[in-house]
Amino acid sequence: MTLLARRLLAAALALGLAPLLPLALSPPGARADTPPDSLLIATQIDDLVSLDPAEIFEFSGADAANNIYDTLVAFDPRDLGPLVGGIAERWSLEADGRTYRFKLREGLRFHSGNPVTAEDAVFSLRRAILLQQTPSFILAQFGFTAENLDETITSDGPHDLTLRVDKPYAPSFFLTCLTATIGAVVDKQTVLANEQDGDLGHNWLKTHSAGSGAYRLRVWKPNELYALDANPDYWRQRPAMRRVFVRHIAESTTQRLLLEKGDTDIARNLSPEDIEALAGRPGLKVEEDLKGPLLYLAMNQKHPILGKPPVVEAIKHLIDYDGLARTLLRGQFVPHQAFLPKTYLGALDEQPYALDVAKARALLAEAGLAEGFAITLSVRNVPERLQIAQSLQSTFGQAGIEVALRSGTAKQVLTSYRARKHELLLGTWGPDYPDPHTNADTFAHNPDNSDAAGLTGKLMWRNAWDDPTLSAMTEAALLERDAETRAALYREVQRRLQRQGPFAIMFQQNIQSAMRDSVEGFVTGGAVANSFYWTVTK
Amino acid sequence: MAARGGPSAWLTSETPASRLQARAVRGYLAWRRLRRNPLTLLGIAILLALVLVALAAPWLATHDPLAQNLDGRLLPPGSPGHLLGTDDLGRDIFSRLVHGAGITLTIVALVALTAPAAGLLIGTLAGYLGGWVDGLLMRLTDIVLAFPRLILALAFVAALGPGIENAILAIAITAWPPYARLARAETLTLRNSDYISAIRLQGAGTPRILVGHVMPLCLSSVIVRVTLDMAGIILTAAGLGFLGLGAQPPTPEWGAMISAGRRFLLDQWWVATLPGLAIFVVALGFNLLGDGLRDLLDPRSDRP
Amino acid sequence: MAPRAGAGRAIALAARLLISLAATFFGLLLVTFLIARVVPIDPVIAVVGEQASPETVAAAVRELGLDKPLWQQFAIYLGKVLQGDFGTSVLTARPVLEDIARVFPATLELATLATFLGVLIGLPLGVLAAVKQGRWPDHLIRLLGLFGYSMPVFWLGLMALLVFYGQLGWTAGPGRLDVFYEDLVPSVTGVILLDAALAGDWEVFGNALSHLILPAGVLAAYALAYIARMTRSLMLEQLGQEYITTARAKGISEARIVWRHALGNALVPLITVIALSYAFLLEGSVLTEIVFAWPGLGSYITNALLSADMNAVLGGTIVVGAVFIGINLLSDLLYRLVDPRAR
Repeated sequence: MTLLARRLLAAALALGLAPLLPLALSPPGARADTPPDSLLIATQIDDLVSLDPAEIFEFSGADAANNIYDTLVAFDPRDLGPLVGGIAERWSLEADGRTYRFKLREGLRFHSGNPVTAEDAVFSLRRAILLQQTPSFILAQFGFTAENLDETITSDGPHDLTLRVDKPYAPSFFLTCLTATIGAVVDKQTVLANEQDGDLGHNWLKTHSAGSGAYRLRVWKPNELYALDANPDYWRQRPAMRRVFVRHIAESTTQRLLLEKGDTDIARNLSPEDIEALAGRPGLKVEEDLKGPLLYLAMNQKHPILGKPPVVEAIKHLIDYDGLARTLLRGQFVPHQAFLPKTYLGALDEQPYALDVAKARALLAEAGLAEGFAITLSVRNVPERLQIAQSLQSTFGQAGIEVALRSGTAKQVLTSYRARKHELLLGTWGPDYPDPHTNADTFAHNPDNSDAAGLTGKLMWRNAWDDPTLSAMTEAALLERDAETRAALYREVQRRLQRQGPFAIMFQQNIQSAMRDSVEGFVTGGAVANSFYWTVTK
Repeated sequence: MAARGGPSAWLTSETPASRLQARAVRGYLAWRRLRRNPLTLLGIAILLALVLVALAAPWLATHDPLAQNLDGRLLPPGSPGHLLGTDDLGRDIFSRLVHGAGITLTIVALVALTAPAAGLLIGTLAGYLGGWVDGLLMRLTDIVLAFPRLILALAFVAALGPGIENAILAIAITAWPPYARLARAETLTLRNSDYISAIRLQGAGTPRILVGHVMPLCLSSVIVRVTLDMAGIILTAAGLGFLGLGAQPPTPEWGAMISAGRRFLLDQWWVATLPGLAIFVVALGFNLLGDGLRDLLDPRSDRP
Repeated sequence: MAPRAGAGRAIALAARLLISLAATFFGLLLVTFLIARVVPIDPVIAVVGEQASPETVAAAVRELGLDKPLWQQFAIYLGKVLQGDFGTSVLTARPVLEDIARVFPATLELATLATFLGVLIGLPLGVLAAVKQGRWPDHLIRLLGLFGYSMPVFWLGLMALLVFYGQLGWTAGPGRLDVFYEDLVPSVTGVILLDAALAGDWEVFGNALSHLILPAGVLAAYALAYIARMTRSLMLEQLGQEYITTARAKGISEARIVWRHALGNALVPLITVIALSYAFLLEGSVLTEIVFAWPGLGSYITNALLSADMNAVLGGTIVVGAVFIGINLLSDLLYRLVDPRAR
């Protein structure tokens, strides 16, 4: 017994001590900096659920795909204004306004070594329609259906591609949609070699890559990291960073520690407080970029009180736009009160609303609610959102509106939002593709306000805002082929919604990326595009 | 009834005249032994202070715990007017801590009342009735025990929706099995005792025997166990608050305060550290008291 | 007793044990399934996202079998689980079993090291407290233990991270490895320390350990307190026994009496104690994992739960439940094996 006991004890001690030995041998704090030919990014990638470009619809996935795949048409990271050629070298629109002909670049190769041909492009676009994943509407809205693919998406030679849309849309609308992730060209041969049960390689491509872009996927561990290996033969330029690691770090504090310790090159989700603390720190710098997402307050028109126009207007006057921008959101959001982000065609800079409790009180009195009322505010339970929600709670309280917070995970909030069961809701909206129609379609288009219509993708429907005039204006803008006239139409749509609509659009996101000052050329893509890793040197 | 020598003698009598006196004597002797342990006294002092603070919160607090001031955010402790500084919305941390005491007490009190009661009921039923009832109830107990506790609580809160009431309910739902086991074990030893048999022979029905005779006898060991578990309850509640599933903002619940403050840990350490300290001190108070009580009443019982 | 009868009894006992285990598992599955269904998240949204068209949603509903009645959904699920198919996680787009195989070793690594630390420090402290019963080392150790019980683990974690990584730089930060050490050693067991040792790559080993030490230390605080306290009371029990008095009378040295005789006999019940604490750490590491961005089972289940990723929640919970039951069973068997009195 005692012998056994002694042995057990000895074993326990040995096992317990053994791991500590190397720790004693290697001096702590003597870690090397990040390797010179690798780029390390600390960010949040818990939204990443698939790396198949036909399915990717999240920011993280779009960032990855932007570096793995090429699209027919693209944005130049050095000048995000005009569209440039991607896999397509040039293109033309026929007189009918519906037939686009693309001439593909010659000599391009996929990571597998297979040549990039029109056949691959046809396969990729048809595949996106056939798989019917969430982002497929970006292409399907041009009239592509599973039945007509043989006529609408065709190749006329190894480098000639023809796409036929159903209406003479504004050309910029169609072309910018092709820059979205869903327009990525995948390697037909490789993908089909991994097909299972006729899934067009969907299951395999979720966790693998088959592109022609600057990087190929090395590994993706969900909620942990993904790593990319450079494609040394990339046609635009050879990427300076041989390897890119993108690591999921949920908290700002942790990201900052990693950056300060030299354990990461870039930290992408620092809080205003952490950014401030890093300012002027030697060896570090902060770069800013105005992005597309908007922060807004939605007011469900099915609610008897929120359905009263003076109440809607009063609420728009009860938000401390300036105070929030100056304090909690400092540097990370800029005030913006219309649904098209700055830098978009037709963006509207007018900001008619400011915190004005007296005016709000008068409006509430006009609605017969001088004593105020009680209401709930749905919000995601992340600290940043809860902060803003609590500030709203406080300013609303000054006019007698008693706000109770209903916090939940993103998906919980979304579930009640799509079911039109919310009252007030603090939300964000990111454009799906860089054309004004993306936001107009959701904020200002609701052809059928009935519950049965189930237009859950449209914010206007979710908030039960019925305005046929507005919907008609949005439809008209879509078919306007003159860019200036089109922009003017969108400004009108925005003004009308700003005055009457059930949205208090408050802010546009401005991201601040903190990085070591040797890092150059990191482009986050502005409001229209995604991040570029292949332009980075350090 | 008053014996010679006044209350002190009555309380130390070796020949108690009534059941009440017998209990009082036991209690008093226990208190005398308890008093000898300074750590236990410290625990009692902490808990008394907690109760006082919770009751006097409206007078102790220097500010409205919900009043925001965006231009006075994240002030350090000792700033003019803010003893312990301010949080990310410019609210006075001292006032929030003081108001949070009541919330913590409420959580502990509600869980400490419901979970043991449920456990007692299930345990005594299983132990007394035996047979398939016992099998079924104990299987249920095993199932709940096999669940990771925090994850089960999380699941319940996720299902019921976040909020302090649901957090309390979720903790209670996950906390009863140990009491059920304890009560069952006690009941098994009691079931065939002469005392219970005699009552049964007098024609008492099962409910009456259970409620009137078995449960009271199980109570003391359950109470010791509850005291030991209180700290755990506080920590679980704080954990739920930390995950955003407990009390909803702007309620000054301590766990939620840590959660909101951890983003400022590097430069404004006080925002997360002070509520953490508060939780620690209160949990320590309960542990010190529980530890003393255990030594006193039931030296062999130990928590799993 | 005839051996046949003994064997028969053993078989009957094993059968009863198996049936009750199966019943517990069934209950575990049913309860988790129901909870996951009640969570107010539309499981379809978890799959298709915010802007899905009605057609996409309808297709997802069919694919997930959500158009069938609840009991049928459960029956289908149960059938698949019995075949070892836990379904696919929505969050990671991978088979749940594959996910668990990836995240569980991380938790295992953490809990194992924490238990080692707990035993390594807690056991001697417990012995010391028993030997010095009622004197200041005893009080100090008791107070230390109560500190361990009273610390909110997520707060302790944050503080440890701040001090040891942020200020002093003694350890590595959150996560299991510095990112450029990823995939340098082949994953055989999934436990990085073991994998690195197998590959003989001591640089990776050191890095992994440097990441592990902080969360394991935080997690060990509780284990340490528990083990020290139990060791103390078990030792006190032994030290009060007659054979100790006899041994003292024989003039055996005090150190030998304490470490060999008393601890030797206390060690048997201590195994149960340690096993229990190990099981507790395996399932109690949720908050620690979240604070240290540790990609383990606890944070996996929590994430899944909050996103209505039902298959992942069910799979994860079943694994944790099974491990818990398994460890209890194992410690019970071990106890019977080494202690003749318990046979």
